[in-house]
Amino acid sequence: MKAAVVVFPGSNCDRDLAVAFRQAGFDVSMVWHKDADLPAGVDIVGVPGGFSYGDYLRCGAIAAQSTICGAIKAHAERGGYILGVCNGFQVLTETKLLPGALLRNAGLKYICKTVGLRVETSNSVFTEGYNAGDVISIPIAHHDGNYFADDETLARLAGEDRVAFRYTENPNGSRDDIAGILSENRRVLGMMPHPERAADPGHGGTDGAAMFRAMAGALTEA
Amino acid sequence: MQEPAITSELIEAHGLKPDEYELILQIIGREPSFTELGIFSAMWNEHCSYKSSKKWLRTLPTEGPQVICGPGENAGVVDIGDGQAVVFKMESHNHPSYIEPFQGAATGVGGILRDVFTMGARPIASMNALSFGEPSHPKTRRLVNGVVEGIGSYGNCFGVPCAGGEVRFHPAYNGNCLVNAFAAGLADADKIFYSAASGVGMPVVYLGAKTGRDGVGGATMASAEFDDTIEEKRPTVQVGDPFTEKRLMEACLELMQTGAVISIQDMGAAGLTCSAVEMGDKGHLGIKLVLDAVPQREENMTAYEMMLSESQERMLMVLRPEKEAEAKAVFDKWDLDFAIVGETIAEDRFLIELNGEIKADLPLSPLSGRAPEYDRPWVETPAQDPIGDLPQVDPIDGLKALIGSPNYAAKQWVYEQYDTMVMADSNRTPGLGAGIIRVHGTDKALAFTSDVTPRYVKANPVEGGKQAVAEAYRNLTAVGARPLASTDNMNFGNPEKPEIMGQFVGAIKGIGAACLALDMPIVSGNVSLYNETDGQAILPTPTIGAVGLIAHPDEIIGCEVREGHVALVVGETSGHLGQSALLAEVFNREDGDAPAVDLEAERRNGEFIRANRANIKACTDLGDGGLAVAAFEMAEAAGVGVVLDDSDMSQLFGEDQARYLVACNFDQAEALMVAAGQAGVPIATVGRFTGSTVRIGASEAPLEELGALYRSAFAEAVA
Repeated sequence: MKAAVVVFPGSNCDRDLAVAFRQAGFDVSMVWHKDADLPAGVDIVGVPGGFSYGDYLRCGAIAAQSTICGAIKAHAERGGYILGVCNGFQVLTETKLLPGALLRNAGLKYICKTVGLRVETSNSVFTEGYNAGDVISIPIAHHDGNYFADDETLARLAGEDRVAFRYTENPNGSRDDIAGILSENRRVLGMMPHPERAADPGHGGTDGAAMFRAMAGALTEA
Repeated sequence: MQEPAITSELIEAHGLKPDEYELILQIIGREPSFTELGIFSAMWNEHCSYKSSKKWLRTLPTEGPQVICGPGENAGVVDIGDGQAVVFKMESHNHPSYIEPFQGAATGVGGILRDVFTMGARPIASMNALSFGEPSHPKTRRLVNGVVEGIGSYGNCFGVPCAGGEVRFHPAYNGNCLVNAFAAGLADADKIFYSAASGVGMPVVYLGAKTGRDGVGGATMASAEFDDTIEEKRPTVQVGDPFTEKRLMEACLELMQTGAVISIQDMGAAGLTCSAVEMGDKGHLGIKLVLDAVPQREENMTAYEMMLSESQERMLMVLRPEKEAEAKAVFDKWDLDFAIVGETIAEDRFLIELNGEIKADLPLSPLSGRAPEYDRPWVETPAQDPIGDLPQVDPIDGLKALIGSPNYAAKQWVYEQYDTMVMADSNRTPGLGAGIIRVHGTDKALAFTSDVTPRYVKANPVEGGKQAVAEAYRNLTAVGARPLASTDNMNFGNPEKPEIMGQFVGAIKGIGAACLALDMPIVSGNVSLYNETDGQAILPTPTIGAVGLIAHPDEIIGCEVREGHVALVVGETSGHLGQSALLAEVFNREDGDAPAVDLEAERRNGEFIRANRANIKACTDLGDGGLAVAAFEMAEAAGVGVVLDDSDMSQLFGEDQARYLVACNFDQAEALMVAAGQAGVPIATVGRFTGSTVRIGASEAPLEELGALYRSAFAEAVA
């Protein structure tokens, strides 16, 4: 099974995400933002955290116009898997692969700390290693993680069981406590928290490892 | 453009004293041009020339088998085994941060990161030590918020984890805040890049962001006292762009892999001037620059402006000409400006051309080699009177006063604004003691700490200097690390005042003695003088940044306090309350002598902790607030209450040095007692971790209530 991790010039969690994929058994290649294509046979694309193009305007807005984003969209249209973490989630909303937007944190400050997440569904390759209702500890690190969507979208996300994670104590003002959501075909996950920062015992917590293991397991069978 | 005539007013405005100007005339045998005057002022100000401090800095221990490169380069380089090295330095950005807190602090972070990756090391950890005026001062809130946000915005975007730091408040910083930024990077020990140019006719290459008019004269500004006109100095503060810095780092590290780089120097203080002179001087070569080729952000910039601009995110390199195409490809990949702006020349000459005109033609080596050096008069700090008898304070009241003060309260309001986990190698994030970052892909880890107790240094510069190093040693030891080396960031007032110079000299003596005794040589550092406003100096603040090595994860002492664990103090307690946190916060007194530092005891007790780490479940150094504060912090971090047997104020709040608080189970405590007896290390059981309250003698409070105070006091004071 193959993973590709996208590298924008301002990505800074690209290596971290690659390490977590590799630890779970993926063959990982790094993909430069100026590339037009993904490597052949890629099962899952990781869009990492960081500040893609500096993010001086709206986070992820310029990244959504990048060359590689064309390939990412095509991958999604083919039914490929995509995991967007933090800035990656912002990029996925800007490319419209996921609904809603990520606004400035309600407290207007950057927040980096480990928070509690409630797993809302185990029905996806990303979350099938958990039971719905599990509370896991995963770090967040963002300035713009305040999830916003209109009432109709929120109702749809909830009705279609597409909310993957909710904060147990909302740190950033996200509507409906949303920390991560799935696409309609459940193959694209965007989340603000960083599972790759809680993926081995040296991190002080390993609650994120189950995500990468589950992806590896599901994609091996496939 | 007509350049201004050289008048005595102009010379003074450049921070040059009449005798210094005389020396310039002697060196060049004529009146300097305007650009040349600017170059001299940039090279000879205190910030760049270390003219008041050099004599004393030379006395510091800088060598050891672990040291690959000591002071004098962009950062120090220390061996961590397996062919790897840690590259680190701490540097101040005090003056700019006071004038423009967000950009001042942000560019301070940018500058220190550049110092590290210039040497070929990828930054893996940062710290910052901040000192502000009293929380009630009208400027403090804006400064704290701006500085913290600035540090966060730069470091978070760049992508380096914050491993620790300090924040303090004291009225002596009302007119001058301190922002000391530390960065450490990782490199292969045989692939370190230095600044000395070599070879004649080699291209001098400019990389990175374009040059603008920002920061012109910044280093000269940072070498002067403040008065009420400082608002006018805002244009001398640079503006940072961490996204460009991140690309600059990636591009430099990639370029270094190609073998194209002969020498490299970042453009920091005094920009193009200082970096070009440094490369030429170290390589015993001259440099010719043609400024027309410099990438410029603004129109019609003069030679003077380009030579003194402190625009950020720029590098100067000497490259192998045959590798030019390869080098250019790397910079194109990262969309960075790349321009050949000059060449190395055989003569000892610094030649600056613009529009076909020669704007400066100076002998190069005297610009740094003949910079003035002063042996400033100094007086020893007088001995302090003893503090006399103090009334006893209820232990819980005393504890509340300390943990409810922004000085000793939890600092999560600050460090939660910094990314402490990017790179996914953070093992211990800021909060209690040293931070730990793993050496990626190995079993090793590095521990980081930054320490100084300025009120000790003011009372007794020699003991205070020793104490800063000793505390760093203890903080590294308490997490199981072996201290390796240190960096010093010396922040003082006006060195032309003998009593301030005396503080500097005393602190250097203390730091030197401690670094020698504890085998923590100084490998890099920075001096910031003239931290005064309207004649009022800051507390002498020699910040020590230190790095320790952990060879294997098993060596790490975590924080695993459990119900029923025994609390032990390693080291001798005599109850020294002079200059203590309790005296300052409860009695509103800052007097008495600083605690004495017994370096032999420090070393012995530190070695004891490392040798017996298998029997230690949690460990912290005893510092500000003594046993009471340390025991509370450990209990709070673990979520288990604590009972301390002795309720005597000096036993609880005394700040005797060379001490650690240890938690472990009963069997381990017994083993530690036996081992301590054999090693001649004082050890005593002081209580137990149990329940959900903090009980000291007859006095008691719920841990939750104290924790809430501890966690909210900082934000309440300044947020």
